[in-house]
Amino acid sequence: MNKINLVQMKAGQKGTIVRIEGAEAFSKRLGVMGMRIDKSVIKLSAFVFCGPVAIRVGRTVIALGYGMASKVWVQLEKK
Amino acid sequence: MKKIVLIGNPNVGKSVLFSRLTGVRVLVSNYPGTTVEFLEGYLCVDDEQMQVIDLPGTYSLEPSVPAEEVSVKMLSLSDIIVNVIDATNLERNLYLTMELIETGRPMVVALNMFDERKHRGVDIDARQLEKLLGVPVIPTSGITGMGIKALKERLKNVPAGKSFFRTHEERWSSIGHITESVQRLSHRHHTFWEALEDASVNHAWGLIIAGGIIFAGFKFIRFVAEGLINTVFEPFFQNVYLPLLERLSVILGQGGLLHSLLIGKMIDGKIDFQQSLGLLTTAPYVEFVMVLPYVFSFYLLLSFLEDSGYIPRLALLLDNVMHKLGLHGFAIIPVLLGFGCNVPGILGTRILESKRERFIAATLISIGVPCAALQAMIVGILGKFGGRYVALVYAVLFCLWLFLGLAMNYFLKGYSPELLLEIPPYRFPALNLLAKKIVMRIRGFIIEALPIIMLSILVINILQQVRIFEFISALFSPLLGRVFGLPKEAIWVLIIGLLRKDIAAGMLIPLHLSVKQLIIACLVLSMSFPCIATVVIFLKELGWKRLGQAALIMVGITTLVGGIMNVILP
Repeated sequence: MNKINLVQMKAGQKGTIVRIEGAEAFSKRLGVMGMRIDKSVIKLSAFVFCGPVAIRVGRTVIALGYGMASKVWVQLEKK
Repeated sequence: MKKIVLIGNPNVGKSVLFSRLTGVRVLVSNYPGTTVEFLEGYLCVDDEQMQVIDLPGTYSLEPSVPAEEVSVKMLSLSDIIVNVIDATNLERNLYLTMELIETGRPMVVALNMFDERKHRGVDIDARQLEKLLGVPVIPTSGITGMGIKALKERLKNVPAGKSFFRTHEERWSSIGHITESVQRLSHRHHTFWEALEDASVNHAWGLIIAGGIIFAGFKFIRFVAEGLINTVFEPFFQNVYLPLLERLSVILGQGGLLHSLLIGKMIDGKIDFQQSLGLLTTAPYVEFVMVLPYVFSFYLLLSFLEDSGYIPRLALLLDNVMHKLGLHGFAIIPVLLGFGCNVPGILGTRILESKRERFIAATLISIGVPCAALQAMIVGILGKFGGRYVALVYAVLFCLWLFLGLAMNYFLKGYSPELLLEIPPYRFPALNLLAKKIVMRIRGFIIEALPIIMLSILVINILQQVRIFEFISALFSPLLGRVFGLPKEAIWVLIIGLLRKDIAAGMLIPLHLSVKQLIIACLVLSMSFPCIATVVIFLKELGWKRLGQAALIMVGITTLVGGIMNVILP
């Protein structure tokens, strides 16, 4: 229900990370930067032409490329 | 001698702490990746000297960029580990701490930015943290110097632990327990800074803010530099220094070898700072009056932006464009450094992941990014005829930069990795650190530039004496005349450009060229081979083969663009 990836999310929406696709090294890398399952995120911006995505997770702002962002799935927060 | 290494996540203040411990001055900025190679310094505790090594930031002991690999390699050579962690971002920082504890090496945790945690709504029980981690924890602040003494004391005797292994999941679960019991987060409202932080990475607001900052930046650089030239440097040279030189000229008999070397040619019977080409006239004038004020105001602005934390936001905003060039947004950092001096720019490409990216970035910097010294001269020489000519040079270079990047991205095998970057919070720059940084950069500029400027002037003078001038000028005159529309003497500008770009540009003044010729000469000078210092660092960083390839591209591009400009400019 309501599961979308960071690319599909709209700027300003909040959610909780539920799944990170791709190689183990990738999810580890995101993990050590603070992006892990069950962490809540706020999307700050989305750029046109498959540009990067910026999110706030905990106290950190992270910018990640379009391809990476499409591998991170979140459960949207109910309004 | 004991070896101490400082290791921690990017942008947690390792370099400030290093500077505090050792007294060695290092460049620090508010973005991840300021330190791209390790730095060494010494620390004395109770007559025992220890070597301290500051390592590039790393998130874990499984490195993913070359700068991180350095950290992991150096770690194995250390006697004591000082793990620097950001108190305002405890949970994430503890992952590396866990990995380090597992190595069983003697270690101390420096809980840095401890003074900042309060207004970020974080409270940490450092004693409890020490108990749970099983290694000493010292609250510190690199900016204010808090806890440095205590940290030094603790370094006297650090026990080793046992080495063991945990899985990725076990580490996180352990971190979860620890943070729950030592950290209290208080909820507070968004501050003004945080609202600004969010706005400046937003796709709409961010671009507006970036446009404003770049425009204001240009205005600022010109305002400060021109102010300094008109009120300080020019009056000093004309009113104080010139009379001294005139007296020296009389003493030297107004002629002869020594006179032409030190004072240079007399123009209409007078010393002309721009045209005399003497060691005591043109050399210091170009360096201190025409170039230094611009270098200073550029670094003032850059250092402020670096320390405030704005630059990573620019990286995010420009990521789309940079991807078309085979780079990602973070590559804007070496490019910006290149606008000051190409040497740190090319060194800065170490923050990029692949060899391909590093080659593209380094080539783009050495061809399409004129250093502050050359830019100052372009403004000085062309600005007299009107700002639009300066703008034209910048526009051509920018188009070239885009085109070259697109072409390299198309032709070079491989792909460009995606952006993955932590964006630091805004901080108001600590003024003492800002001042230190500018002093270091300016001193670095003078120490590097002055000897080579002197050497350039010496070479010009000697060549003029031995009459090889005419021979070489004649040899290159068809190329320069037909392709670029420049007089044959301009070959010397290009040759001296290999040593220093600013003094080379200064040599254009006595040639009395037309505006069109000046524009072409400035462009050719910017695009052609970079100065010797840049060549050396390019070679060191990327090797002979890459340097050869870049040189071929340079020669091709310079001939092409210079030739086209010669045809299309009226």
